[in-house]
Amino acid sequence: MVSEKIMSIELTIEAGKTERQYWKDLWNYKELFFILTWRDIVVQYKQTVVGILWVVLRPLLSMLAFTFVFSNVAKLPAEGDAPYVLMVYSAMLPWQLFATALTNTSTALILNANLVSKVYFPRLLVPASTVGAAVVDFMLSMVILAGIMVCYQYVPPAHVLAIIPLSILTSLLALGPGLFFCSLTVIYRDFRYVLPFITQFGLYVSPVGYSSSIVPEKWQTLFMCNPVVGVIDGFRWALLGTVEFPGKQLAISVVFATVFLAIGLKVFRNTEKTFADVI
Amino acid sequence: MKPIISVEDLGKKYQIKHKDNCGGERSLREELLHLPKRLFSKKESAEEFWALENASFDIMPGDRIGIIGRNGAGKSTLLKLLSRITEPSAGKITMRGRVASLLEVGTGFHPELTGRENIFLNGAILGMSRNEIRAKFDEIVDFAGVEMFLDTPVKRYSSGMYVRLAFAVAAHLEPEILIVDEVLAVGDAEFQKKCLGKMEGVSKDQGRTILFVSHNMGAVQQLCDRALLLENGTVSIDGSVASAVSKYMAEDCSTGTIKRFSRSPAEPYFTEARIMANGKNIVHNNVFVGDSVRFCFAVTVDSEVEEKLPFNMELSIANEAGVVLSYFDATVNGQELSMQNRTAEVLCDVERLPLMSGDYTLTASVGAIGVSSQVTLEFKVISKAYAKNGGIAEHHQNGLYINHDWMLVDRA
Repeated sequence: MVSEKIMSIELTIEAGKTERQYWKDLWNYKELFFILTWRDIVVQYKQTVVGILWVVLRPLLSMLAFTFVFSNVAKLPAEGDAPYVLMVYSAMLPWQLFATALTNTSTALILNANLVSKVYFPRLLVPASTVGAAVVDFMLSMVILAGIMVCYQYVPPAHVLAIIPLSILTSLLALGPGLFFCSLTVIYRDFRYVLPFITQFGLYVSPVGYSSSIVPEKWQTLFMCNPVVGVIDGFRWALLGTVEFPGKQLAISVVFATVFLAIGLKVFRNTEKTFADVI
Repeated sequence: MKPIISVEDLGKKYQIKHKDNCGGERSLREELLHLPKRLFSKKESAEEFWALENASFDIMPGDRIGIIGRNGAGKSTLLKLLSRITEPSAGKITMRGRVASLLEVGTGFHPELTGRENIFLNGAILGMSRNEIRAKFDEIVDFAGVEMFLDTPVKRYSSGMYVRLAFAVAAHLEPEILIVDEVLAVGDAEFQKKCLGKMEGVSKDQGRTILFVSHNMGAVQQLCDRALLLENGTVSIDGSVASAVSKYMAEDCSTGTIKRFSRSPAEPYFTEARIMANGKNIVHNNVFVGDSVRFCFAVTVDSEVEEKLPFNMELSIANEAGVVLSYFDATVNGQELSMQNRTAEVLCDVERLPLMSGDYTLTASVGAIGVSSQVTLEFKVISKAYAKNGGIAEHHQNGLYINHDWMLVDRA
């Protein structure tokens, strides 16, 4: 028989009054978050020959291309005494984390339409687990970075552990707009075509293939308005120690992350109620 | 004892947009194009539609409730509200205990993942913890009978294996409230019986509450001890299974799909068509093999009939494959039809309908000069063995029925 204890778990669903229950549920469903993250990672490289190696091959190959184009062809200067390869790779990592998380999050709900329309769980778990999967990819690439550093016998500065809060900041920076685009894509499919363009464009206006220091003085203010500049320079500061601590840029990143996360959450929660009806 | 689910004045409203895309997704371009119009016109072109309205009922622990109704009556909406997939527009639901809903078999199954991986994924999606799944893993695999293929991606499974595995995971959930929607529509008759048996067991032995939506009256009657009949978004009967099923079946007699080709006021047209068997109205458009059948048509003509209006009517019966088995009109027997008034009922008696079990379509055409109106009516011929079988599934035989009788003569 149904025990008294279970009968005491009472759940009330009332029109327009589901907010408090939601955050409680988010906690109750935490296991699903890990399972969905795990699924996203496992599925990504099924039926590929080198499998999970692609995670590290992708940034590695783009790093080589960038190094070739910017250093060997365009003859841009490296920062301090760090090899150009390391300078590019240490920026490529946060950039890829940001771009992957943002693009994948924006399509996360429509790719999981079958779940959204058939079973209940806090929908926030879907974009969150996509960011989770991007973070795991990021950590694997980090191992490769360590390998490259050993090869070049490059010793990182003492404040290297600052990359942990920096990675969290990067994820949050992607999650905010991600949530926003994610809920809009459910209603307007246009955004799935807009985002790849934004990330491609972003790659060139962010200091991934070059150093922030080569940006001319008069453009610096505009350049710094890009919230990714802060985290990228932050990574270079933490991993290579070739730049000054980018306090101003990081402050911009933090403000951006907070504001967009608030907007993203608000939009997501407002549209979430209708996801199952319109997806 | 407190009810396990209590629903008060529950309602769900949808907006229907006219002239727009029917679906929810729109393109930005359309939205921008309509922006000026929207800004200046006060009236939105959207119309409200209540898929479910003023539903109130209580469900006690251990109840097995069948939810029946025609397509569009609000069954799925009710289930979606109860399983929290969508939020109500009005009213309140109070639930006590864990709810698991099976609106589809294999929700969240990923084709690229192996059977083993999908058991964990699907279990988590349905609300099981990893430890729970681990504890039941062997039982699930055993129920599904897929031991050999546990490490094969499910995209390589046969559809039967896929469904068995999916149902097996769901069947081993241990929620206090289980919501099931038509999952039995898949799989062969034997598997359907197994699923029904499993649900019955879960409910009877463990006292769990089941809400079961189905169009299969046999299954509802077998499993449930109470039923809700939904009609046009409202609960019209909340009571015994027998009363709800009989009302549903009585109203489910379709009156056919009517087409009118000529708008001429002098041309007769159909307003209704139905089938009677052995002198009674039939339920669910089902007739038994060998029944005496009467096809009834209501015919109307718009202009006043002076004296009489002769007309012709043709009938054709086609099988599932669309092959016409018989085609005849009134003149075949040398009969003539004519209307004396503006409305008439045309009856066509067929003694011992010579059809084997299967789905058939009756098409009737009427007209004074040409063909002015047509009605199609689908009906099902079932064998007497079907009723004994609990109404689960039947092998369709089709073809013509030859009047016969079986005898057994003992030869000593």
